[in-house]
Amino acid sequence: MKRKALSLMCFSILFTYAAMPATYAARDMIQIKGSDTMVNLGQAWAEEFMMQNPEASIAVTGGGSGTGMAALISGTCDIAESSREIKDQEMEAARKNGHDVHEFIVAVDAIAVVVHPSNPVKQLTIEQLSGIYTGKIKNWNELGGKDQKILALSRERNSGTHVYFLEEVVRMGVEKGPEQFAPEVLMLPSSQAIISEVSQSETAIGYVGLGYVSDRVHIPAIALSNQGPFVSPTLETTMDKSYPLSRSLLFYTGREPEGTVKNFIDFVLSEEGQEIVRIMDFVPLR
Amino acid sequence: MKKFFEKIIEKIILLNGFACILFVILIFFFLAKDGLALFKVSSPIQFFFGLLWNPLAEPPQYGIVPLLLGSIMVTLGAIAISVPLGLACAIFIGEIAPRWMREILKAGVELLAAIPSIVIGFIGMTMLAPFVKNLFGLPTGLTALTGSIALAFMAIPTIVSIMEDAITAVPRTYKEGSLALGATHWQTIYRVTIPAASSGIVASIMLGIGRVIGETMAVMMITGNASVIPHSLLQPVRTMTATIAAEMGETVIGSDHYFALFAVGLVLFAITFVINFFADMALHQQKK
Amino acid sequence: MKPQTKQKIAFTCLGLAAVVVIIPVIVIFVILIDKGISAINWQFLSTMPRMGMRAGGIYPAIMGTVYLVSGTILVALPLGVLAAIYLVEYAKRNWWTRMIEIAIVNLAGVPSVVYGLFGMGFFVIFFKFGASILAGSLTLAIMILPVIITASKEALMSVPHSFREASLALGVSKWQTIRCVVLPNALPGILTGTILGISRAAGETAPILFTVAAFYLPRLPKSIFDQCMALPYHLYVLSTQVPNVKESLQYGTALVLVGMIFLLNLVAIIIRSHMRSKKQW
Repeated sequence: MKRKALSLMCFSILFTYAAMPATYAARDMIQIKGSDTMVNLGQAWAEEFMMQNPEASIAVTGGGSGTGMAALISGTCDIAESSREIKDQEMEAARKNGHDVHEFIVAVDAIAVVVHPSNPVKQLTIEQLSGIYTGKIKNWNELGGKDQKILALSRERNSGTHVYFLEEVVRMGVEKGPEQFAPEVLMLPSSQAIISEVSQSETAIGYVGLGYVSDRVHIPAIALSNQGPFVSPTLETTMDKSYPLSRSLLFYTGREPEGTVKNFIDFVLSEEGQEIVRIMDFVPLR
Repeated sequence: MKKFFEKIIEKIILLNGFACILFVILIFFFLAKDGLALFKVSSPIQFFFGLLWNPLAEPPQYGIVPLLLGSIMVTLGAIAISVPLGLACAIFIGEIAPRWMREILKAGVELLAAIPSIVIGFIGMTMLAPFVKNLFGLPTGLTALTGSIALAFMAIPTIVSIMEDAITAVPRTYKEGSLALGATHWQTIYRVTIPAASSGIVASIMLGIGRVIGETMAVMMITGNASVIPHSLLQPVRTMTATIAAEMGETVIGSDHYFALFAVGLVLFAITFVINFFADMALHQQKK
Repeated sequence: MKPQTKQKIAFTCLGLAAVVVIIPVIVIFVILIDKGISAINWQFLSTMPRMGMRAGGIYPAIMGTVYLVSGTILVALPLGVLAAIYLVEYAKRNWWTRMIEIAIVNLAGVPSVVYGLFGMGFFVIFFKFGASILAGSLTLAIMILPVIITASKEALMSVPHSFREASLALGVSKWQTIRCVVLPNALPGILTGTILGISRAAGETAPILFTVAAFYLPRLPKSIFDQCMALPYHLYVLSTQVPNVKESLQYGTALVLVGMIFLLNLVAIIIRSHMRSKKQW
């Protein structure tokens, strides 16, 4: 009897102890959710910012730009990281929930198309890429390569990179165009997985953010049309927008940033924050 | 006073006993609440018979057929590998191995069961997929076959342990009678013991199927996730489980895509419910 | 062919099958050790990740898993043991009992991702706990309930009836008999079940994807309403989201996870065989 009473007491003490800081926890931690492309960048920023501001607490979660938007709309994050622009219906949904959406461009990124190092194809147009991913172009020899069936790799649908590629490349810039990814296209859970597959597979083609490329893959130059110019994605060509597949990386907040959130965004946009962008292999704003 | 206290305790125990039924009902209810909401915007025919799963298309397409077939294909492949292996292993453990070996083997099978699916997915992605790719000369190792192989090893412990139980439950008199009539040990096994244990064996296969069809992380990392209608084991497929895990994060709570994923979850729950129900009946039958 | 020869061949094949089944366990362990052991040192196990998870340690992931598992057992153990007590000591062989048994089998068979969906819809959204240790633990608790109930049931049933009868004959009430006579003798079996439940909860990823897991938290969670990192999710993230992670870091994380789980299972196996040989009845 005594033992039971004791354990019951411990039980209840544990629960009250656990529940106590509950009210505090939600308040002092900044929640950043969203783009998997940006999650490492976000974490690098958070780490540096917290080193300089020890009272600040920032949690970073990925899941894809779509996840960030969903969290923004439900109000479960302070900052949504996104590698694509917010859609009209997401804006609407956020407004309906009482949020006043603010947008900040925090870095620039290029989408690099990657192929196996042994692939002779060195340049591609947007139209050809669209053909590959819609399944119209099935063999590398249609593009001047070897007689091999093309293996197209893509990111999963929750990825902002996927949506960006869908709109700018597959649909050739028309946001709600009719083109779709062909069902045969493999959907891999991350840019990392794409690099891994492409580096091992001679017939594969994929797309990743510039920050993910390594020397295990080759990067064909891309042009808007057959006349060219065919541009390779580098820091310079992305900054001066001569590379056709450059995109902004964004922060979205559900209201006017204040307090630690504002300080953090200021830090991100500062010289120091942009230097971190460079270190993480993305492209700074200036 | 003590009697009163005791009555309360017994009521609490009673409640806990029924808790499991409550949980099953709750799970079904919460899946149905959001899953059936899909059918307000999309017709059930489109969902159950639609050949395209493309939530980002305009208009979005929520056809479950490629996902269902993907799951089925990986499951069939896994069962084709794990049932013969599992049966052989179960017979060996139950009938042939000496006692010291039996304990080691059973421990080994339990350890196999303990390996988390994320680790199997990780090793599958880094080692098994390239192996399959090179073995068959495929463009990519992320295929249904790779998934089947990995999942077979996840199902084997379930299959082995239930089959072994079924085999050892066969009355000794059957065995002794057969041996007395001059049959060898092996002949006894495949002519007497196995048929006698058949309903347990069937149950174990069904539970193995249930285990495999519900597997998520391993398939997500090694089957390529292409929502095609699969023609062969050597191509990438997309399973229902991987679809839910991969796409759930991006949906806005309360959107059509969200409901569609819950609908897929409901289908999964229904499938495993039916499988488990019949497996349990078969096991119950065997006990009699 | 003589039947004896056929038997020899058959038995060899069966033995080979058993070997094939066990081999992956050894192979996986060897691979993980070979590629991951270089990353394991005290720093790895006790510091926070740095440089975008590419360096530093996995301490918050380990602690997160510990918190989650503790919460899970806190809920699942009493629930499961009491349910098992009901089934063994009180329930009559009627339709209701059969329903409960079917429910248990079904809970055991529900796919882990469906638990994740349920956990999200029920605990995160409906109860408004948000993505938190609370939501994650409760989801995992329901998931391992069948394991605990089944093991406890077997443990309780293995206590000889004579023990109960002797106690009741002495005038002890039913509940007291259970508490003072049956339970203590069933403890090793219940313990084994608990350990197996813990090892299952520690390794699952899908149920915690939508209910608790975070990519990076700067400090350990302060309350059960916080998110936390977890080992299986951390492995997933290291192997798919973070670019250019040293291979040894990925394998090291996997090794820690598998090592922990193998250890738990070995303890359970040892307790069980010890128990079987030491049985005094």
